Amino acid sequence: MSDTSSEYDSDIEAAIRGNHPALITYITAGDPSLEDTKAYVEALDRGGSDLIELGLPFSEPIAEGQTIQAAINRALAAGTTPEGFFELVEDLETEAPLLVMTYYNMILQYGSEPDVRPFVERAAEAGLSGIIVPDLPAEEADPLRDACDDNGLDLIFIIAPTTEGERLDAVMSRVSGFAYVQARLGTTGARANVSGATYDSLARLSKYDVPKAVGFGVSEGDHAAEIIEAGADGVIVGSALIDIIASSDDPSDAVDALEAKAAELKRGARRGAETLTDDPEDTPEPEQP
Amino acid sequence: MSTERERDDEYESGGGTFGDYGGQYVPEALMPALQELEDAYERYVLENEDGFMDEFRDRMRDFGGRPTPLQRADRLSERYDREVYLKREDLLHGGAHKLNNALGQVLLAKYMGKERIIAETGAGQHGTATAMAAAHLDMPCEIYMGRTDVNRQRPNVYRMRMNGAEVNPVEAGSATLKEAINETMRDWATTVERTHYVIGSVVGPHPFPRMVRDFQAVIGEEIRDQIREKAGRLPDSVVACAGGGSNTMGTFHAFVPDEGVDLYAVEAGGSSLEIDEENGMAPNSATLSTGTDGVLHGAMTKLLQAGDGQIVESHSVSAGLDYAGVGPELSHLVDIGRVTPTNVDDDDALNGFHRLSRLEGIIPALESSHALGYLEEEHDELGDLVVVNVSGRGDKDLETVLEETEKRDLEAAPEIEVFDG
Ligand SMILES: Cc1ncc(COP(=O)(O)O)c(C=O)c1O
Repeated sequence: MSDTSSEYDSDIEAAIRGNHPALITYITAGDPSLEDTKAYVEALDRGGSDLIELGLPFSEPIAEGQTIQAAINRALAAGTTPEGFFELVEDLETEAPLLVMTYYNMILQYGSEPDVRPFVERAAEAGLSGIIVPDLPAEEADPLRDACDDNGLDLIFIIAPTTEGERLDAVMSRVSGFAYVQARLGTTGARANVSGATYDSLARLSKYDVPKAVGFGVSEGDHAAEIIEAGADGVIVGSALIDIIASSDDPSDAVDALEAKAAELKRGARRGAETLTDDPEDTPEPEQP
Repeated sequence: MSTERERDDEYESGGGTFGDYGGQYVPEALMPALQELEDAYERYVLENEDGFMDEFRDRMRDFGGRPTPLQRADRLSERYDREVYLKREDLLHGGAHKLNNALGQVLLAKYMGKERIIAETGAGQHGTATAMAAAHLDMPCEIYMGRTDVNRQRPNVYRMRMNGAEVNPVEAGSATLKEAINETMRDWATTVERTHYVIGSVVGPHPFPRMVRDFQAVIGEEIRDQIREKAGRLPDSVVACAGGGSNTMGTFHAFVPDEGVDLYAVEAGGSSLEIDEENGMAPNSATLSTGTDGVLHGAMTKLLQAGDGQIVESHSVSAGLDYAGVGPELSHLVDIGRVTPTNVDDDDALNGFHRLSRLEGIIPALESSHALGYLEEEHDELGDLVVVNVSGRGDKDLETVLEETEKRDLEAAPEIEVFDG
């Protein structure tokens, strides 16, 4: 785990700002087993991930596209439980801080009564640095926000292409760690290009002084370069990594490929950052949506 | 609509909750659309802006066939030795109460300037009603339906296609209503700017539970007037089946303030009330009777879930009741003791189906058959004047009923060889 530098409010903010441009990687815990996940996370860490999101599988992943849905199904079929997940986190030794991404009901049901606190306390104890909940908008987030504050965890909010005006202010006022910029409408899943909505969203967010990381559809080093060039502080990649896991004949075959993919993405992000410092006036042309 | 009657807002708070239930647990991308919908619901539905409600009522009369009759069931009254009335929502266009909501929402989408309609369906009744409403109002329409339901509700798949809707089978999980809702939400999260999601029951994020209830509330409002005219007083009890709970809330809403009227929500008891946590299965859909609090499909409500929060697969012989969640308002009404949750197993629902077909010449939907099964079992508890909502007709279920009847020894079933032709 990286130390919280006094310059920054949290591990997560330090991981992004201190390693600019940051690479954030996501995989689903338990796909295809928790032992494999351990090896995969360590490979992603070696490959240059600055922050790693681990999915705790939920049976109704409404924000997920086909790739992550399939990963979640494999993880559930393998019997992945919240307790197994936390034990995995305790076992991991990574440079990159770890985040958990899961749906609200999983958080509510962790204790004996529906309540967010037992989950957050266990997450903090296991060494997680933050939580992302794709089905928890700012309006419903106060109980979890308070529990995270009390336990020193960041609660990450997603900014959608449709988040504008007063809503954007309201959501941004609650952001900690970083703003998760959703690159396009729809679900998660690797795409072949960077969406025009990414440029619009980054432009709308430029007035807010929080780290911004772009996810939903990022799959290649070149995308990472484009997104960093457009003003993001980090890129988030998930489905492209899960494609590697899903297509390897033997689970252990994916380890090297994941490390290499992370390295490619990190190099791409660096390229984007270099373009920016070479010619700060050269703002990239937005792609037409 | 309850505009004429004082609304009982005691348990409704402004933020879209009913007591502890309800809310808006959805991806951020959908929040602006929910706010837009809330605004449209308030203006057009609650305030009748641009004459929306007038147009809705006119269309429900001329296209839908409202009002539906409240009929005295002569032979059931004799059998149970009390006055039994049936609310004939099976006579509504499309064969179920679903059109009340579908036409309301498709018309609202039109007023909002949306260009495309999507919906999930379980039994296919909501999909059919939505496809009809979309054809009637000239809107393109796509329906998501679990593969299991596509296979067990074929006639409705054909009807949707006849009305010009696309039907997208969903293969995930047990491929029933829950998975269809997941997939429709994913479509909506992608196309939200121009598409309206016509949710099929009083479930989902605010404002859906309230808005769908208001479109369905016409059922109970008509019953109130009709029973006063026919029996000279309000009923002792009102019985309706409950899946998500739209026919239930539609039937109950007008009676909630009438403390003397007992309200019974009859869920699918399936083959057993136990949950098999290991395999993530519940052989029932008795959410109000056995569920625990949690968040599914945008709302806090009662759910069938395992201890760690995974939603379990529900089961019922009736596709329209086969759902692991239930509307948040019903969860609340059960908690405060205003609605009594009950359930009827597959066998008794099938008996209810055969009994109504034989005794009254009405073939009810398998969903509605649960309410009739409850009447048979517990009529002694229901007072002298009972209203049962027949939420739909059973044409869609004939194949299932023949198959399921052959497997069992049902007291109310006819000799099944008769059907071999
Ligand atoms: C005839 C009929 N009744 C009842 C239901 C259950 O839905 P709800 O509980 O929302 O009324 C359905 C659902 O498809 C149905 O078709």
